[in-house]
Amino acid sequence: MASNKKYWKSVEELDENSSIVKSLQQNEFVEAIPVDEFLGDKETLENSSTTRRDFLKYVGFSTAAASLVACEGPIRKSIPYVVQPDEIIAGKANYYASTIADGFDFANILVKTREGRPIKIERNLLSENNGSVNARVHASVLSLYDANRLQAPSIDGEDVSWEDFESALSAKLNENSGEEIVLLTQTFASPSTSKLIKEFTTKYSNVRHVIYDTVSSSEALDAFNTKYGVRALADYDFSNAEVIVSVGADFLGDWQGGGYESSYSKGRIPSEGKMSRHYQFEANMSLSGANSDKRVPATPSQQLQILNALTGGSVSGLPENIANTVSKAKTALQKAGNKGVIITGLPDVSAQAKVLTYNEGVASVVMDTAKPKMIRKGNTAEVMSVLNGVISGSIKGLITVGVDPVYSFPNNIEFVEAYSNLDVKVAFTMKEDATAELAEFVAATPHYLESWGDTQIKKGTFGLMQPTIRPLFDTKQFQDCLLVLIGNSKTYYDYIQDTWSTSILGGSSWNDALHDGLFSSDVTVENEELPLTEGSEESQSSHGAMSISSQEEGLELTLYTKTAMGDGQQANNPWLQEMPDPITRASWDNYLTVSGADAAEMGLMNKNVANGGLNGSYVNINLGDVVLENVPVLIQPGQAKGSVGLALGYGKTAAIQSEMQTGVNAYTLYQGFSSVQNVTLEKVSGEHEFACVQLQNTMMGRDIIRETSLEIFNTKDKSEWNAMPMVSKDHKEIAVTDPNADLWTSFDRSIGHHFNLSVDLNACTGCGACVIACHAENNVPVVGKLEVRRSRDMHWLRIDRYYSSEESFEGDLEKKEASNGLLGETGVKGTLISMEDPSANPEVAFQPVMCQHCNHAPCETVCPVAATSHGRQGQNQMAYNRCVGTRYCANNCPYKVRRFNWFLYSENDEFDYNMNNDLGRMVLNPDVVVRSRGVMEKCSMCIQMTQKTILDAKNDGRSIKDGEFKTACSAACESGAMIFGDINDHESKVNKLYNDNRMYHLLEEIGTKPNVMYHVKVRNTEEV
Amino acid sequence: MKKVNYRNLSSQLSILSLAILLAFSTFTFAQESGDVVAGESLFKANCAACHKLDKKGVGPALRGVADKYDRDWLYKWIKDSQGLIKSGDSKAATIFAENNNSVMTSFPGLSNEDIDNILAYSSQPKPAPKVPATVSVADNGDNGINQNIIIGALALVFLLLVIMFYLVSKTLKNLKIASGQEIESESRLPLWKAFVQNQFLMLVSSIFMLLVAAYFMFGFFMQIGIDQGYAPVQPIHYSHKIHAGDNKIDCNYCHSSARKSKTSGIPSLNVCMNCHKNISEYTGPEDLAKGYTTEFYNDQIAKLYDAVGWDVDDQSYTGEEKPVKWIRIHNLPDFVYFNHSQHVTVAGVECQTCHGPVEEMEILEQHSPLTMRWCIDCHKETNVDIKGNDYYEKIHKELSKKYGVERVTAADMGGRECGKCHY
Repeated sequence: MASNKKYWKSVEELDENSSIVKSLQQNEFVEAIPVDEFLGDKETLENSSTTRRDFLKYVGFSTAAASLVACEGPIRKSIPYVVQPDEIIAGKANYYASTIADGFDFANILVKTREGRPIKIERNLLSENNGSVNARVHASVLSLYDANRLQAPSIDGEDVSWEDFESALSAKLNENSGEEIVLLTQTFASPSTSKLIKEFTTKYSNVRHVIYDTVSSSEALDAFNTKYGVRALADYDFSNAEVIVSVGADFLGDWQGGGYESSYSKGRIPSEGKMSRHYQFEANMSLSGANSDKRVPATPSQQLQILNALTGGSVSGLPENIANTVSKAKTALQKAGNKGVIITGLPDVSAQAKVLTYNEGVASVVMDTAKPKMIRKGNTAEVMSVLNGVISGSIKGLITVGVDPVYSFPNNIEFVEAYSNLDVKVAFTMKEDATAELAEFVAATPHYLESWGDTQIKKGTFGLMQPTIRPLFDTKQFQDCLLVLIGNSKTYYDYIQDTWSTSILGGSSWNDALHDGLFSSDVTVENEELPLTEGSEESQSSHGAMSISSQEEGLELTLYTKTAMGDGQQANNPWLQEMPDPITRASWDNYLTVSGADAAEMGLMNKNVANGGLNGSYVNINLGDVVLENVPVLIQPGQAKGSVGLALGYGKTAAIQSEMQTGVNAYTLYQGFSSVQNVTLEKVSGEHEFACVQLQNTMMGRDIIRETSLEIFNTKDKSEWNAMPMVSKDHKEIAVTDPNADLWTSFDRSIGHHFNLSVDLNACTGCGACVIACHAENNVPVVGKLEVRRSRDMHWLRIDRYYSSEESFEGDLEKKEASNGLLGETGVKGTLISMEDPSANPEVAFQPVMCQHCNHAPCETVCPVAATSHGRQGQNQMAYNRCVGTRYCANNCPYKVRRFNWFLYSENDEFDYNMNNDLGRMVLNPDVVVRSRGVMEKCSMCIQMTQKTILDAKNDGRSIKDGEFKTACSAACESGAMIFGDINDHESKVNKLYNDNRMYHLLEEIGTKPNVMYHVKVRNTEEV
Repeated sequence: MKKVNYRNLSSQLSILSLAILLAFSTFTFAQESGDVVAGESLFKANCAACHKLDKKGVGPALRGVADKYDRDWLYKWIKDSQGLIKSGDSKAATIFAENNNSVMTSFPGLSNEDIDNILAYSSQPKPAPKVPATVSVADNGDNGINQNIIIGALALVFLLLVIMFYLVSKTLKNLKIASGQEIESESRLPLWKAFVQNQFLMLVSSIFMLLVAAYFMFGFFMQIGIDQGYAPVQPIHYSHKIHAGDNKIDCNYCHSSARKSKTSGIPSLNVCMNCHKNISEYTGPEDLAKGYTTEFYNDQIAKLYDAVGWDVDDQSYTGEEKPVKWIRIHNLPDFVYFNHSQHVTVAGVECQTCHGPVEEMEILEQHSPLTMRWCIDCHKETNVDIKGNDYYEKIHKELSKKYGVERVTAADMGGRECGKCHY
C-alpha cells in the first residue's frame, strides 16, 4: 500500500521557486562548508610537498621508532660516596638510640637508618615502660620528610642567614629590655634545656618562662605539687593492680602522657586464674573504656559525684545503675587493699588530690610517687596570665617554642589581634604554623631526628636524643640559638655533655649512655623554678576547679585527643590522617560523638549510603560567644547520655597541605584549658561524608572474637568456652581440624621454620601502633579520604572493633540462641536485624586482622596466574610482578585482607601524599618493593624481616634463638599481644602459645588452617 | 692487509731498538758507581712508598739527587734524618720544612754500599718519551677502510659477473635472431602463478612462514630487557683487567660489602686512594691497537684525582669533591630481592660464577643474562654447602633424612619459592 503522504522538510518547500530547495536537492548544506578556512592557509596547503600519505608514513615510522627505542632499558647511574663513612655499609641498616620529646609524646626509641636516612622508629627494649612508642611516635619519622617544613630562618617573611637572624634578634631583645617578654615553650623534660633557659632568663631578666602544654594536665600537676612538692605526675604500674577504677581517665590513650598499655596488659593476661578487674566510668567511649571489664557511661558532672562516692562520699544523687556499680567498685577496691587504684582524668584539682590521697592512703603498690613522670609541666594559671596579658597589652613580647598559641589558644580572635600588635614576636617552629605566619622572627627548628637533646621522662631515668641524619634544611635548634643569645660560644651538644658529666653521669661513660639512649641514676637534677606571677595563686583556684553542672539544657562536652592525631602537631602526616580511629574506625576527620538517645532527640542521624560510605548530620556547637560551625556528628554507642565528645588537634590550615586540612578546630572550645565544657548544639543542614572503614559494627552472635568470663575460664573445660567446630563425616562428628575432614593433602611443615603469629585478644588494647609500624615497614601507600570512603583503604593490618548489641557479647549469644522460628520479632530474621545495632552501652572488643597465611589458602587456588602461592615456612606469598589483577583472590578471601591497587599511588599527582615527592619517598624501605597499579597486595608476614634474620644467622654460622624472628607489628606491640616466631622451635614462646588452651583460629570452621592464631578474650566480670 | 702488517712491524722494531738502546745505556752506567739493578730493587722496597724519580710524592723527586748533595751527608740523612735535623744541619732543616715537616723514615739498616746502589739507580738519565700514541688510531682507521675495500671489490666482481651474464645471453639472443631462428615464446605459467594456484602449497608455506615469524618474534621479545653483554662507557675508564687480573687485587678488597650486605657496593673513591695515593702513573703494558696507552691510563688516574680532590703537587686533599656517576651495569628490577652476602659468604659462590671472567675484562660487561630462569636453574643444581655452619646442621639432617639423599640443593631449601626473592 503505497502512501500518498508527503512529508514536508521545511517551510521553504511552499515556495516552488525557492533556490534553497533546489540547492538542497543536490547538496547536504545550502552553502558550501568553508573547509579550507579551518584547514589553514590554502596556498601553503596546496604547495606543501607532504601529501596525506607521506604524513601517515611519517606518523607510522615515528611510532614504530619510538616503540623500538622504548625496548632499550634506561641508563641507570650509581653514585658512590667519595669518602664512605666507616659505619655505613650500603644495604645494611644502622640503629641509633634516641628519644622523642615533642611536648606531647615522650619515649625512648631506636631509629633504623638506611644509607643515612631514618626510615623507621622501633622501641628501645632497654627502656622499661619509659614512655610509650605509640602510633604517633612510629609515624613521626614521616614528619621528618614533610615538604611543608620551614627551610630557613626568616625576618618579616624574608629569608635570612642565621648570623643575621641572631644578631637582629639579639638587637631586638636588647631594644625591648625594659618590657615584659614571655618565653612560651612546650614541656621539654630536659635537664640541659632547663638549665639553659634559666641562664637565658638570668641574662634577660625581663623574659619570663612559661610552659604551655597544648593539652593540659595542669590540675593533676597542681594536686601532685601541693602534696609532694614537685610539679610532676604520679606514675602507675598497672601490672601490680587487682582492681583499677578509672573515672574519666583514658590511661590507655593519652591521659597524662599515656604509655600504660604495657603494664596494663601484663595484668590482663589471666595467669593462675587471676587477672585485674577494671571499672571505667566515662563520658566518651575511650580505649580504656573499651578494654574495661565494666564500663559505665557517666557525664563529667556525674563523674565528679562518682569520684566523691569512691573516696568516701555517698552515692546519693546518682542514677541507680551507676550507684550500684559504684558501690560494687568500692567493695572491690576495699577488698583489693593496696592492690587497688583509682585514677581520674577530670580537670579538677580537688578531684585529682582526692585520688592521690586515696591511693596514698591504701598505700597502693600501683602508684609511684617517688619517681614521678616529668613529661608535663604546663600551668593553666600561668598560661591564662599570658593569654590575658597579651590581650590586655601588659605583655609586649612573645617568644614561642614548639607551641602554636595562635592556633591552639581558646580566645583565638582577640588573641590573634593582640599578638599582631606585640613588639617582639618570635616563633621557633618546624613549620610555618599559625603563630609563625604572624611572627616577625621565624626560626626554623630541626625535627627531633636531626637534633641533640636530653630528657628526664621519669625521675631517675635520663634519655639522650641524637641526630640520625644531617639537617635537611637550614635549621638550627632553639637551644643553639639561646646559647648564641647569651653569648656562649659552645654548641648545644657540648652543653649537654657538660651538664651530663657534671651532674648526671657521675663518672659513667657518655658513649655508653649515648649508645643505650638512656641512663638510670638517682641524682636529682636542679629543676628550673618557674616563678608564679602575682595573683596567680588566686586565679589558680578559680581555674583548677571544674566549672560544670548538669543543667536542664545543653550537653556536657569532653574534649579528648585521638590516637592518631594527638594534640595535632603532626597534622600534616598522611599516615596518621589515614589511620582509622580505634573506636569509631573513621579516618581523616574529627567529629562530635553523640549518644544514640541524644541524637534521636535532636534529630541527628548517621546512615550508610549506597556506595558504602557513612554520612552524618552537622551541628553548630555553642559555648558562650564561641560558635564552632558545621561539626559532623557521629553517633557513638556507649556515649553517656547528656554528654558529647570532640577531638582536639584538627582543623589546622597553616602549613598544612590541602588534603590534610581536615576536621574542625576544637581548641576554640578549650576555654580555660579545661577539657570539660557546657555546650549547646544546634542542628544545621547538610550531610557530612565520613571515611569510615568499618560499617558492620556487631558480630551478630558469631564467634569471630571468642570471649568468655574469668569465672567460666577458671572453672569450666576448654570445650565450654573455646569449642572446636565440628563437622559431620559418615554421620560422625569430627573436629574440623581432623585430617579426615580435610579436602587437601597437607604439606609436611615439620622441618625448617614454620612461622606463626599469635594475637592475644586479652592483651591487645587496640592502640594501633602496629598499623603505622606496618605502613612504615612495608611501604603501604596512603590513598586519601575519598578512596578510604570507598573502602579502598590499603592497610595491610586492620584492627576490627566490635560492639555487642546487647549489654555484653554473652547477651548477644543468648539472644541468638533464644530466637524462635523464622519471622516475627523473636524469629531469626527479627533477631538478626535487631542485632545489627550496637547497644547503648556495649561491650567492645578489638581484633587485629592481617593476612591469616592459611595453609589451605582459598586465594591461592583461584589465582589464574599463580601469583600467590604458599611457602614452606608458612607464608602465603604474593608475587606482585606476576599478578594481573583479576582480584579473584580478594573475592575468595574469607578474611578480606587483600588490598588492590586501584590506582598508581606513587609518583601520581592525584594521590599527593608522601610517595609523590622526593622528600617523602626518602622514608621508603628499600628492601620492599613499591607496588604498582593493578596488582593485589597484602601482609607478607614481613618476609623481608624473617629472611634477614635467617641470613644473619647463616652469615654468622649459628642457629636462631627464640625471639629473633619478628614482624613489624609484633615488634611494635607494646602490650605484648602480638608474638611472632617459629612453632617448629619447641622451646619458643609462640609454640607454647600455639598449645595454649585459649588458642583458636579465626573462622576455624571453614578449614583454612591459618598461621595466625588468636587467644580467647577473657573478661573479669566477677563481682566481689 | 700486508700494508698493515708492515706498519705494526715498524713500530715494534722501533720499540725493540729503543729497549735495546736503553738496556745498554743503563749497563754502562752501572759499571761506574754502584749496582743499578740492586739499587732498583732496594729503591722499590724502601723508598718508592714516598719517593718517585721524576715526580714529587710525599717526599721530593729523587732523580739526580746524588749530584745535588754531598755523598756523606746523604748517608747521614738516609740513616737518620731526624738526628741530622736536630744536630742543627741547616740543609737538613730546609728540606724538612720544604716537605711539610713530614718525617722521613730512618734506615739505619742500609749500608753505605746499599745507599750507593740506590743513588746509582736514581742517577740514571730520564728515559726518552715513548712513541706517540696516534699511530694506533690511524691503524684502526686503516683496518676499517680495508674491510670496506674488500667488500667493495667483491661487490664489483659480482656486478661484473651479472653484467657479463646479461651480455652473454643478449649476444646469444641476437645471434639467434641474426641466424634467423624464431624465438619460441613459451606459454608455460610463470612460477609464482603456479604457486599461487596450488592451494595446498600456499597453506603449508604460509603456516611455515607464520611459524618462522613467531619463532623470531618470540626470540625478539624474550630478549627485551636482557642486557647480557651490556658494556657501557664509564666516566672513568676503569680496567678490571689491570686491577683484578694483572695486579691480582681481590674482588672483596674494593667490593667489600658483598660479604656483608645485599649490594656488592661500588667502592667509594677513598678506597681507590688507598693505593692511588702512591700510584699516580701507569707502568704496565700498553695495548696500542686499542688506544690504551700509558698516557691514556694516566689520564684516567688524573680523573680519579680530580674527582676525589687530590692535589698531586701538594700531596693533599683540596676538599673539592666531584662524585663519579658510574653507569650501573647489573640492573635487577625493583621487584627482585637479591642479596650478595647470601651467595658470597654463606654459599661461597665465586664472583666469576655470575660475573664472568672479570679479571680479563678491560671494559666490564654483563656476563650473565640475569633472568629468572638463570637464577632458578642454578638453585636447582647447586648443593647447599652445610659444612661448618650451625644454622644448617639440624635442618639439613632432617631434610636429608626426609628426602633420603645426602645432598640438598638450594631449591630444596626453599630457594624456588616466589616469596624468597619477590617481596
